[in-house]
Amino acid sequence: MACIDAHGLRKSYGSTVALDGIDLRVDEGRILGLIGPNGAGKSTALNAILGLTPYQGELNVLGRNPWIERDQITRDVAFIADVAVLPRWIRVSQVLDYMAGVHPRFDRARAEGFLAKTNVKRSSKVRELSKGMVTQLHLAVVMAIDARLLVLDEPTLGLDILVRKQFYDSLLNDYFDRSRTIVVTTHQVEEIQDVLTDVMFINHGRIVFACSMEDFEARYAEVMVNPENVAAARALRPIHERQVFGRSIFLFDQADRQQLAAMGEVRTPGIADLFVAIMGQGAAQ
Amino acid sequence: MTEISSQTPPPPLAETRPLYWSVRRELWENRSIYLAPLIVAAVVLFATSFSTIGLAKRMRNLPTLDPAKRHASIAMPFSMAPAPIMLATFLVGFFYCLDALYGERRDRSILFWKSLPVSDRTTVVSKAAIPFVVLPLIAYLLSIVTQFILLMMGNMALLGHAMNPAPLWDEVRFFQGLLIMLYGLIVHVLWFAPIYAWLLLVSAWARRTPVLWAVLPLLAVSAVEKIAFGTVYFTHMLRYRLIGAMTEAFVGHPKGANGDISRLSQLDPGRFLNAPGLWVGLIFAALFLAAAVRLRRNREPI
Repeated sequence: MACIDAHGLRKSYGSTVALDGIDLRVDEGRILGLIGPNGAGKSTALNAILGLTPYQGELNVLGRNPWIERDQITRDVAFIADVAVLPRWIRVSQVLDYMAGVHPRFDRARAEGFLAKTNVKRSSKVRELSKGMVTQLHLAVVMAIDARLLVLDEPTLGLDILVRKQFYDSLLNDYFDRSRTIVVTTHQVEEIQDVLTDVMFINHGRIVFACSMEDFEARYAEVMVNPENVAAARALRPIHERQVFGRSIFLFDQADRQQLAAMGEVRTPGIADLFVAIMGQGAAQ
Repeated sequence: MTEISSQTPPPPLAETRPLYWSVRRELWENRSIYLAPLIVAAVVLFATSFSTIGLAKRMRNLPTLDPAKRHASIAMPFSMAPAPIMLATFLVGFFYCLDALYGERRDRSILFWKSLPVSDRTTVVSKAAIPFVVLPLIAYLLSIVTQFILLMMGNMALLGHAMNPAPLWDEVRFFQGLLIMLYGLIVHVLWFAPIYAWLLLVSAWARRTPVLWAVLPLLAVSAVEKIAFGTVYFTHMLRYRLIGAMTEAFVGHPKGANGDISRLSQLDPGRFLNAPGLWVGLIFAALFLAAAVRLRRNREPI
């Protein structure tokens, strides 16, 4: 069952092409990480999915056209565009009142339950809360929505590592239940590697790489090689090579694990390292 | 396209619920909507209360006055009390509208509001409801309460001098005044509708300083017309929009003069409803609001 289904999704601002014909399918129950440099088209893609921007091409979200049927899908789609968008004048109790007033799928008791585990006071205004507390508030509100698709666009930008960790932990433990779908973009790729079920790299408005995390772990291997084995490792055609503390680290795609193990310690690479390798290939071509 | 069934059927939700909560949200955010008129009412009450001190003396002198001046002598401070309150609400409405669809883009909170199942139309309607419904209601209620308190004070002052307060109520015509004020407010809301709608449109469109974008183009058109053609039609049109409600909706209102309206016979709803200016204005108001809804759909934080 496809939650998001796109064919030839295009979007340009004047002469700048933000999305250059994207094909994309996200099944229900997946957690997709959309990774790419600034200006690669991530936010544009998310905005199209959320019905915030018109586009060319074919796009279905929960079986609907998000631009034309935006008012219908907003009940089933929740999103955090970044956590710094809660209005500063609003009180915590007013956020809850308003959500309960306008959102048919908002469970106030659930939000109160999440907030009870934090130091966020009901009578505080958002401007009086620390960045971390605003994040906790926003997350408590969004996680209390019984949504089918949750879109997170750089949700942890500007937050310290402790808050970022908490954010993803509670998202996984308290929210994700395998029937919901989550799409997330972030620059802190390493932190969400264990969270994702799928990963997609986007650059210059195109999807340059897509795979599930199971395939990712099966396909890619990283080996830290001692100097005497470097020539042998290069012979196995690594897709990337970098130096750390005088030792070489090679990244292989679909290499024989036994051969690799003979040269050094074999690990699953970080998404960020694969990203660098793949983007590097693109630049070399 | 296949229809997808939700995990749970969406609970029934009245169409008006998001609108109701959105209007409440505007009142949470903009407390000046009720605080400013409240403060003005308090000041008016305080200032006008002094006029009750000399009230007994003026009442005693009444028979010696020229009959034409009698009404003004007694009723003036009471009947003028609502004017500053109404002016305050119009000013609040002006600045509220300019910020309504601009502020949410400037502080990026539009990204939060748009993540909720509240359509752009509901949002714009809820914001338009402030100058069209909420502010006039506040002005009306505050005016009534202020005037009533003043009259009670006058009443007390007269009783304190062992005088009959009935002539005071006769001169002020409080209950007629309720109807006249209601009529005046409705007339002005309808007449000013395109002004408020224009301000909302500019606030949805402008990337900075909406107040300049709202005012300067109008002045520029006036100036260009004057320089290029030597005519002042546009200036007259603007002037008509600002004061036209008084001249179209009331009889015997001398143009530009500070005429006193205290009799029901001075209301002229028939002429007002037949004034093309009213209907043209309402059509423009509808167009401006529709454009503001469309603009908000595409708007991003600035």
